[in-house]
Amino acid sequence: MRNEALDELLRHPAIWRAGSPLAAPHKTLATGFPVLDEALPGGGWPVGALTEILPAAEGIGELRLLMPALARLSGEGRWIMWISPPYIPYAPALIHQGLDLSRVLWVRAGAEADSLWAGEQALRSGACGAVLLWPRAGAPDERGLRRLQLAAEDGKSWGVLFRAPETARRHSPAALRLSLEPLWRGVSARIRKCRGRGPSGPLPIHFSPL
Amino acid sequence: MNTLWLAVFLPAFSLEVFSRGAAVARPMAVAGGRGGSRNIWTRNAMAEDCGIRIGMGIAAAHALAPDLRVLQRNGEMERRALGNLAAWAGRFTSQVSMVAGQGLLLEIGGSRRLFGAVENICGRVRKGLVGLGYAGRLAVAPTAAGAWFLAREGREALVTDISDLYAGLAVLPLSTLELSRSKQEEMEGMGLYCLGDLLKLDRGGFARRFGKEILLSLDRALGKAPDPRAPYVPPATFTGRIALPAEVADMEALLFPLHRLLRELGGYLHAVSGGVQRIQVTFPHSHHPATRITVELMVPTRDTAHLLTLSRERLDRTELPATVTQVELASGEILPLAPRTEGLFSGGDQAGEGWEQLLERLGVRLGAGAIRGICPVEDHRPERAWGSAKAGGGAGGRVRVSRPLWLLEEPKALKSVGGRPCFHGVLELTQGPERIEHGWWDDQDVARDYYVVEGPSGAWLWVFGDRRRPGRWFLHGIYA
Repeated sequence: MRNEALDELLRHPAIWRAGSPLAAPHKTLATGFPVLDEALPGGGWPVGALTEILPAAEGIGELRLLMPALARLSGEGRWIMWISPPYIPYAPALIHQGLDLSRVLWVRAGAEADSLWAGEQALRSGACGAVLLWPRAGAPDERGLRRLQLAAEDGKSWGVLFRAPETARRHSPAALRLSLEPLWRGVSARIRKCRGRGPSGPLPIHFSPL
Repeated sequence: MNTLWLAVFLPAFSLEVFSRGAAVARPMAVAGGRGGSRNIWTRNAMAEDCGIRIGMGIAAAHALAPDLRVLQRNGEMERRALGNLAAWAGRFTSQVSMVAGQGLLLEIGGSRRLFGAVENICGRVRKGLVGLGYAGRLAVAPTAAGAWFLAREGREALVTDISDLYAGLAVLPLSTLELSRSKQEEMEGMGLYCLGDLLKLDRGGFARRFGKEILLSLDRALGKAPDPRAPYVPPATFTGRIALPAEVADMEALLFPLHRLLRELGGYLHAVSGGVQRIQVTFPHSHHPATRITVELMVPTRDTAHLLTLSRERLDRTELPATVTQVELASGEILPLAPRTEGLFSGGDQAGEGWEQLLERLGVRLGAGAIRGICPVEDHRPERAWGSAKAGGGAGGRVRVSRPLWLLEEPKALKSVGGRPCFHGVLELTQGPERIEHGWWDDQDVARDYYVVEGPSGAWLWVFGDRRRPGRWFLHGIYA
């Protein structure tokens, strides 16, 4: 027996029924990897929200995973901001991956608080296509994360945080959390959290040869 | 298009030049005259409540209000402040005239197309005056003198038609004309009490009895005689200052007068249709060199709110060595504003609007050198194959070989086990070597064999062996 009022209520976008995929009205950026696009709600990286990347170790492919989307953004004239990266973003490699360097900004902030502040400002302004942050171990705390997520929502920006794999156990307000394991010529991604769906099993993502 | 004049009369101007720097909660008055004949020129509302009247002697005023603060009238400050106010008013019209020490006249007939109804313009002017720290009486009339008379007498009338002007002026009292006491008493003795009475008299007889001046004044007010007003010409750059009623040691309290000065700057920039790329805020100290902060921008702007945000960021990091009694603002060169260009096919997403403002905000807090672009450099030595550029100045190039996305600042020496590099485990040299020998002409020559190897954790590493010191291995990059 169907109840009209109940149906109406259940159609409300803020209500999610476990087991049903949420029709994602949110804007997304295609990742460039079909396996990942299919698994992600909306078919891509969430715009207007934070994405957390949790690589099992540094250098297994966490940056290459973002390159197709970053290359497309820079090609469209959007700014890509790298805030306090752990190493030098190497120009020849960025070009090889298709980034337009005239749209790349490298922010070196001395103090951790300044990095997070810069990230929040960049996300909130909406002036950047992507804001990439490497917070130091232990930072930011839950409140800091919430501020970044809200700033991304306000500015409709795509924010990416790279964090240590141990942080997967702790709660985070980010809209998307992805764990990465190494894979031969690629990376194995596991969705820990996303909008409207449960966690996923490992997704093999292959990169084109170096 | 008829001419229409908006008169702005500032009854407490002589006092406001002192009091607009901060909210004051005590009776204050400005005294004119010198020595023993000093008397009250103007006073604030609190002093008025104590019973202090204009023209009263200073001693009497102090008796009525013991905590009264009396400042000497400062003609120089008034002149400067009125100049800046006239510059600010230029945002509403290009024809602004000053009435020394008292207010402004704005010709708004031509502004109606841009601003709409006259009430609109008056509302915005009044609101703007409050924002700058002034209280004004406004009146609108087809003649400058007519509008001025109405405003000064406190009749905030909106007379748009010359035919209504006579009726509006006729009811004004004789004091409007600022006659000498004797003349005024003479007229009152004859039963003349308002301008209407004067206007009914025979012109020839009037001129003979009271002089041509008064007749001319009335003719100008009614539009029967020409009344040219010298237009105010804004200076080439902006300088403004606000005196503070008391010494201030707290930076937070200085933002209030600074905001007022920035609003004046904003009006001036609108009037001259330009922007600034540099502003300088100065806080003079009596026994100390002045504290100065300079804010530089990437593109010329006239956005007052943005300038205030940047100034506040900078001031938050500045210590005041001594107390401050004055805030000064000076602009750099006035430059044309950069036109906003939009891509022909730019979609609904804003294509990075406001990025200059974002970079300016970041630069003020992090330092100008903290934000850089990246560009490739033609050099075989990997550590030299990149350079930093100014923000937005990174350029592309063609790259024929694959390189790691991360480069280490300094190659990291690795332990060597049996001639092989060791990084969390012995590394198998699978891909390579790529031999790079370069720079024989300077001290930075290198002779290295580069290998791409897989580390035990699954990370892909770029290591090299130094050919001049065999067995020495280094990690130089990470293929992230």
